[in-house]
Amino acid sequence: MTGKGAEELAPAGATVAGGQVAGEILTGDVLAGAAREAPGEQDASRADSRTKNNRAWFLVLPVVVSVAFTAVIPLMTVVNFSVQDIFSPTDRIFVGLDWFRSVTRDPEIRAALLRTLLFSAQVLLLEIPLGVALAVSMPRRGAGVSVALVLVALPLLIPWNVVGTIWQIFARGDIGLGGWTINNVLGVNFNYTLDSTDAWITVLLMDVWHWTPLVALLAYAGLRSIPEPYFQAAQIDGASAWATFRHIQLPRLRGVLTIAILLRFMDSFMIYTEPFVVTGGGPGNATSFLSILLSKIAVGQFDLGPAGAFSLLYFLIVQIVSYVFFTVLTRTGR
Amino acid sequence: MADIRLEGVSHSYDGGRTWALKPMTWTWRSNRAYALLGPSGCGKTTLLNIISGLISPTTGRIWLGDREVTSVPTAGRNIAQVFQFPVLYEQMSVYDNLAFPLRNRGYPRAEVDRRVRTVSQLLGLDGHLGRRSRRLDPGRQQIVCLGRGLVRPDVAAVLLDEPLTVIDPALKWTLRSKLKEIHRDTGHTLVYVTHDQTEALTFADEVVVLKDGEIVQAGEPTELFLAPAHEFVGHFIGSPGMNVVPAEITGGVVRVGGAVVGRAAGDGGDLPPGPVRIGVRPEFVRIVPGRDAPGWGGPETDTAGRDAPGWDGPGRDAGARAAPGLQARITGVDRMGSYHLVHARVDGHTLVSKTGPGSRHEPGAVAFFRFDPGRAFLFRDEVRCGSLAPLGGSLEQPLEGPLEGARGRSPEGRQGA
Repeated sequence: MTGKGAEELAPAGATVAGGQVAGEILTGDVLAGAAREAPGEQDASRADSRTKNNRAWFLVLPVVVSVAFTAVIPLMTVVNFSVQDIFSPTDRIFVGLDWFRSVTRDPEIRAALLRTLLFSAQVLLLEIPLGVALAVSMPRRGAGVSVALVLVALPLLIPWNVVGTIWQIFARGDIGLGGWTINNVLGVNFNYTLDSTDAWITVLLMDVWHWTPLVALLAYAGLRSIPEPYFQAAQIDGASAWATFRHIQLPRLRGVLTIAILLRFMDSFMIYTEPFVVTGGGPGNATSFLSILLSKIAVGQFDLGPAGAFSLLYFLIVQIVSYVFFTVLTRTGR
Repeated sequence: MADIRLEGVSHSYDGGRTWALKPMTWTWRSNRAYALLGPSGCGKTTLLNIISGLISPTTGRIWLGDREVTSVPTAGRNIAQVFQFPVLYEQMSVYDNLAFPLRNRGYPRAEVDRRVRTVSQLLGLDGHLGRRSRRLDPGRQQIVCLGRGLVRPDVAAVLLDEPLTVIDPALKWTLRSKLKEIHRDTGHTLVYVTHDQTEALTFADEVVVLKDGEIVQAGEPTELFLAPAHEFVGHFIGSPGMNVVPAEITGGVVRVGGAVVGRAAGDGGDLPPGPVRIGVRPEFVRIVPGRDAPGWGGPETDTAGRDAPGWDGPGRDAGARAAPGLQARITGVDRMGSYHLVHARVDGHTLVSKTGPGSRHEPGAVAFFRFDPGRAFLFRDEVRCGSLAPLGGSLEQPLEGPLEGARGRSPEGRQGA
């Protein structure tokens, strides 16, 4: 009886699948119930005519329109540029995927890509552990909470180019407090305008200073959301501070750290303003990240075709890496 | 195994302005199962956390056997605690969860393994040891939490803070009997916090009722049911709760709105005259046929007379004729299946009587409500000060019958609630 019902159901794939899913979760009764409904759905033609009314899709229209204006249309402009060689507004040639080929083969762009990936990796490796450590050591209750929050959040309130300016001056060997201290007190020769390693370190430190607070705030919010009994249980079980962190706090930070890693990856991979202010991409190409190179091509040289192709690839890389991060982070430890 | 003794222990969360727990001296005797019962916010969890050392009391001292532990941190006390919801190390397997408290204390590997396997066998977790703890159902998760407490060799007491709150009702019964079983097998002192009287009464050797940070009564479940020492106990335990009727003592006699209901027998000598409240459980309120009332008779006699057999028991009629009781108008009857609740108004107050399912009282009728002697108590400032005794010798002893009956019935009534 049930078997026959299931056979009848077979064409209505969705219903069968639903029944199976429910059957797994609940009991066989649900499946049997679905099978019992089968005779009612024998009139397939009527069921079809009912599903053909798709006017509900119009409800999605506002979203489609707004997304079109905010994303699709600007993006299509770039796509349009990327497949043409534009000499003047009236003089343009369709070149297909030539620009994409040349962009992917350009050694300067490849070097910038590697440089940016390395920068992002270092940013994540430094900022995530540092942010978590900061969050763990922030007070959980009392008057210290607001003081700590304000102090930690302060760098986040400073505009990008101001951050750049601050560090540009701070790291100078002659008048900057930081640079002067390193040169004259520590006795290490430090000059970010001449030495590429020094420039790299300056930009990296600047990003860590600017954005670790974001990770710390996210992690702090995550820590605060852990119910008190977890800590009490850890006390009763005699867990050390490290064991408490390792087995209670860290696992429960997975969600916010996923967000933090995604945000910090995207931001650092697209970093532009601060290194532009501090080093302008130099010395040489030492801090010439993808965004700086892109703006040079698009705005400086006004090569719209290569810049379009470059932008699209850039966009694609950010998308793919973010997707990979997100998938890995949400799937593991399940 | 050792007694846990609290000496003048109290706690205030706001530096002494209000007291979550008023100074109390109390001993949790070893190997017994206690239920700590009380409404939300009465200090149950505070008391538990003080015992386990999660908070230190504002005043007082705590003894574990003959060792003072007032300032000993949680990890140093041999107390296990299970919380309202399953608190697990979610990414660990069940085995690792159970082993965690032992590993933290540096037990050798073989010993850890032996103990974990013993406990998992005791709790029926053998088949789940390799599973990730978060994949278990909430009931099993709570059992794992309990196991984390039991796995330690030196545990003196297991504190359970409303452990079945998040558990599916159907599973609650199984878990509760599992707990009882474990208590029987291990002999740990159990302190079980709950605000569910059924849970408390079925589970515990002794019930401790806490209200506003004070222990208002402690005793065996039957004692709390039959002889509440505080109005709150009467309300909180039993379903429906105890009737409370304001009355007046004049010259050693208790009157409700002018009608004499009995003699005041003070717990510690004679009671001074003045207002008093009579507390009596619906189980011990008898409805006496209206024919005994002057000016009443007719149809009421028949209907009221029919509920007598098999329920109110022998002796009821004899007592009834001797003392008609309080005249009251029946305002409603709830048919609850295995029993009926007859609501009435007397002197502006409601009175509920629990009668047999066969009783046929009609709303609007006037009947006499009489209290079983020795089961009606007098309260002043919510605290019991005496009991209601029959008027000088007009009632004799034949009331043992209905009383026994009432006692036998009471658990059934509670479970039905």
